[in-house]
Amino acid sequence: MKSSNRHVLPGFSLTLGYTMLYLGLLTMVPLAACFGKAFSLSLADFWAAVWTPRTLAAYRFSLSVSLISSLASIVLGFVIAWVLVRYEFPGKRIFDALVDLPFALPTAVAGLVYSGLYVENGWLGQFLVPLGIKAAYSRLAVVLVLTFLGIPFVVRTLQPVLESMEDDKEEAAYLLGASRFQTFWRVIIPTLVPALITGFALSLARGLGEYGSVVFVSGNMPFKTEIAPVLIVARLEQFAYAEATAIAVVLLVISFALLLAINLLEAWSRRFYA
Amino acid sequence: MVTKMTIILTMLMLVMYLVTHPTPTPFPGIMTMNRRFQTFAWLAIAAGSLVGCSTSKSEADRDANSKELLNVSYDPTRELWKALNKEFIAQYKKSAGVELDIKQSHGGSASQARSVIDGLDADVVTLAMWTDTNAISKAGLIKPDWSSRLPNGALPYSSTIIFVVRKGNPKGIKDWPDLVKEGIEVITPSPKTSGNGKLSFLAAWGSVTVPGGSEEDATAFVKQLYQHVPVLDSGARGATTTFAQKNIGDVHLTWENEAHLEVQEAKGELEIVYPSRSIRAEPRVAVVDANVDRKKTRDAAEAYLKFLYTPEAQEIIAKNYYRPSKPEVLHKYSNQFKEVELFDINKIANDWDDADAKFFAEGKTFDQIYAPSQN
Repeated sequence: MKSSNRHVLPGFSLTLGYTMLYLGLLTMVPLAACFGKAFSLSLADFWAAVWTPRTLAAYRFSLSVSLISSLASIVLGFVIAWVLVRYEFPGKRIFDALVDLPFALPTAVAGLVYSGLYVENGWLGQFLVPLGIKAAYSRLAVVLVLTFLGIPFVVRTLQPVLESMEDDKEEAAYLLGASRFQTFWRVIIPTLVPALITGFALSLARGLGEYGSVVFVSGNMPFKTEIAPVLIVARLEQFAYAEATAIAVVLLVISFALLLAINLLEAWSRRFYA
Repeated sequence: MVTKMTIILTMLMLVMYLVTHPTPTPFPGIMTMNRRFQTFAWLAIAAGSLVGCSTSKSEADRDANSKELLNVSYDPTRELWKALNKEFIAQYKKSAGVELDIKQSHGGSASQARSVIDGLDADVVTLAMWTDTNAISKAGLIKPDWSSRLPNGALPYSSTIIFVVRKGNPKGIKDWPDLVKEGIEVITPSPKTSGNGKLSFLAAWGSVTVPGGSEEDATAFVKQLYQHVPVLDSGARGATTTFAQKNIGDVHLTWENEAHLEVQEAKGELEIVYPSRSIRAEPRVAVVDANVDRKKTRDAAEAYLKFLYTPEAQEIIAKNYYRPSKPEVLHKYSNQFKEVELFDINKIANDWDDADAKFFAEGKTFDQIYAPSQN
C-alpha cells in the first residue's frame, strides 16, 4: 500500500485532520452561520438591505480606497524590501523589525494617531491644511492609513524572493548589454511579479475589512467617506442582525471574488514568467 | 471555556502524535528529548486539569459568604460606578454579611446590550438607552415589567444633552438656532452608532417641535444642522477627542456629565453652555432575571439597584454630574445643574422604540438628510 510508505515528515493524516478541524471550526462554521443568518431574510428584504444608494456608495468607497492603498503599498513596500535586502546600513535590523509594527499595533491607535497628525492643528496638518491638502477626515486619510497597514504584507512577501534572487542574473543582463532600466524592468520585476501580486492581494483583503483605524480617520460621512463595515455596525446598533450579516455576505462575496481573481492572475503570471 | 477546550484538544493531539510515532532514532540524545517532551506533555495535561478542578472548587467556596455581580453599563459611567460600588459593597457587607465583588463592563450602550443578549453573564444592566434594555427584555432575559419594578420607572438618575464651546464662546452660541449659523461647525457622534448621537438628534428635533414648530420645520432644522457637522464619530468618546484634543469644531453636543468632565480636563480652554431646552435621557436600570436566577444572585442584584435610590447613592450620582431622581438632592446641587427645560421622549414620539423607527431606521429622517439628491 502506498500510504504505508513513510513520509519524510510523519503524521500526515493527523496534521490533515487537524487542518480540517481548524478550517471547519474556525472558518467554515462562522461563515456558514453568517450566510445562514443573512438568508433568513426573504430575497426582497435581502436585496433591500444590501442594494441601496448608500450601501453602493460605501462598497464603492471601500473598494476604491483599498485598491489605491494596495497599489501604493506594493510600490512603497517594494522600495523598503529592496533596501532591506540589498543594502547594509547601520540600524538595519531595527528598521527590519519596525516593518512589522503595523501588524502588532492596535489599528484604532493607528487611526487616532494619523487623524491627530493631519488635522489642522496637528504636527503635519498645520503645514498641509493651508496648502489645501486635507489628510484627515477625507478619502486621502483612509488611503494613508490603509497603506500604513498594507505595506508590511508586501515587504514580508517580497523579502524572501529578493533574498533568493542572485546578483548573477543582473550581471549577466548587464554584460549582455541591457541598460539599468532594462535590467530592472525585464529581469528583476518579472521574477517578483507573483510575490507582488500576493502582497497586493493580502493588503487589499486587509483594507476591505479594516474597521478600527478607518472609523477614526474617515469622518464617516454618508455617501462620501463611509466604509461598508461602518454600515454593518450601524445595523447591529439597531439590533438588525440579519441585515447586518446580509451586508457582510456581500462584502465576503466581493472579497472572495477579488482574491480568487488575483490568485488566478498569480498562477497565470507564474506560468508566463517561469 | 472554549479556549480551555482548544488547549486540551491540542494537547491530546500532541500526545497522541507522540505515542503513535515513537520515532526510532540512532541518536540517543534526541530520544531522551522526545521522552522528556512526552513527559512534559503529560504533566501539562495533568496540571491543566488540576487548575480546572481548583477553580471550580473555589467558586463553590465563594457561594457561601461572598458573591460576584457583573454590572454591564455604557461608556462614560466608569467613574460613577466605581464610586457607587465602593459604597454599596461596604453597606451590603454590614447589612447582609455578604462580601460582594462587583465587576464592571463598559462600552457602547447598544453593543453592550448585544453582548448580554448573546450570553454575557450580566446580573444588572445600567445602559444609556431605554431601547437597549428593552431589546434585552424582548430577547426574554428580563421580564417585560422591568421598568415598573423599581421607583421612578427604574430611573435612578437622568441626564441630558448640553453644549460645550471654546473659551469665551467666540461664536456666541447660546441656543439651538445658533448652531446652524454661517461658519459654525458642530461636533456630535453619528446617531446610527451612538446613544449620544441619537440624543443630540432628538434634542435638536424637539427644540423645534416642543415649542410648537411643525415636523417640516424640524426636518429642515436637523438637515441644516447636520450640514454643519464635519465629522461623524462612531461613539461619544471619539467625538470628545475630535472636539477637545484635535480642536475641530465650535460646539460639541454631549452628555451633561461628559461636558463637565471635558471642561474640567481642558483647564479653562472650554466652557459649558446650557441651551433653553433639551431632551431628558433615560438611562434606566434593570436586573437581568434569567442570569440572576441561574447564578443565584437575585437578592444582591436587587439590593444593589435599590441602593441607587438611597440619599448616599443619590449624592454620589450628583457629584458625578448625573441628575439625581430625588428632587431634594437635585435641589441641593442646583448650582451644578442649571435650569433647563427637559422634555420627555413622548413629546416627540410615542416612546424610544418609536423614535428609533421614526428617525434612525434605514431610509428614515436621519438617512434622508444625507441622501444625495439633497446634497
